[in-house]
Amino acid sequence: MSTIAAPRTPAPQKRRGVNWEKWGWIYMRVSGVVLVVLIFGHLFVNLMVGEGIKAIDFAFVAGKLSNPFWQWWDTLMLWLALIHGANGMRTIVNDYVVSKAWGRTLRGAIAFAAVALIVLGTLVIFTFDPCPVVPPEQASLLPSFCTA
Amino acid sequence: MSRVSTPPVSQMKASQGGTLYRGREGMWSWVLHRITGVAIYFFLLVHILDTALVRVSPEAYNVVIASYKNPIMGVGELGLVGAIMFHALNGLRIILIDFWSKGVKYQRVMFWTVVGVWVVLFAGFAPRHLMNVFSEGGH
Ligand code: HEM
Repeated sequence: MSTIAAPRTPAPQKRRGVNWEKWGWIYMRVSGVVLVVLIFGHLFVNLMVGEGIKAIDFAFVAGKLSNPFWQWWDTLMLWLALIHGANGMRTIVNDYVVSKAWGRTLRGAIAFAAVALIVLGTLVIFTFDPCPVVPPEQASLLPSFCTA
Repeated sequence: MSRVSTPPVSQMKASQGGTLYRGREGMWSWVLHRITGVAIYFFLLVHILDTALVRVSPEAYNVVIASYKNPIMGVGELGLVGAIMFHALNGLRIILIDFWSKGVKYQRVMFWTVVGVWVVLFAGFAPRHLMNVFSEGGH
């Protein structure tokens, strides 16, 4: 194997301002550690306990989202995961997309999706009504605590 | 840098490379990490939208979520949870490589530890999930 003589690259120019790539790198690691707890907890409670996926319906979600503990759990998971995923996708676009215009378009789409879904998801969690007014034929779909 | 497990470049086969990310465990863990990351990302986009249906109506949510309960989707969910488990465990391995002073030295051992823990977690999850998916019960 041939080795390239050192130094392979000239010493880098000192750059001014915030090093966003560095903070992105740190964010991937910090959010990753927290996400392990949040996502494994999420999967355990929703898929392992009781009847697992068969128990998931409106009433199940209403029960969870009327509890501030799960509201904040889900909010934190939403923000951390979407920003982590979007930043990871940005890295991948930077790696594979050669065209400048395509790169910019794709990074724009990734950023747009992240902002839109974070806003949507956060609104859903905090404006959610577990006992909405529904037509009579849907009354049986509400959680049991609504009739009390 | 003298105490890493990889032999000097001169003693290595070309296919082994001289770096953490070329060939063998170091490379394949990276390939898997990337593929699972993308898969989870696209699922997350869909999953936020389907959950947002709770804000539309109980019926709308239940109808859509019912599609997650059929056997074909049930098997797909096994793949998805398996992918998340691998990405999470290997993510912790990456973090240890970056921050633990012995991380690079033990990266290969840590890869096989990831595989081992993954097998245990998946063996705990898969039968339970398949029982739920194929049970007659449900709403
Ligand atoms: C469960 C806990 C998770 C952990 C511990 C974790 C950890 C990591 C780490 C350490 C990286 C590498 C970043 C780098 O090399 O700079 C990464 C990359 C990535 N992650 Fe995660 N992650 C987790 C969850 C997620 C989730 C939920 C998504 C999707 C929304 C996701 C999508 C990605 C993507 C797309 C990448 C980029 C892959 C690449 O550059 O090759 N991860 N993750």
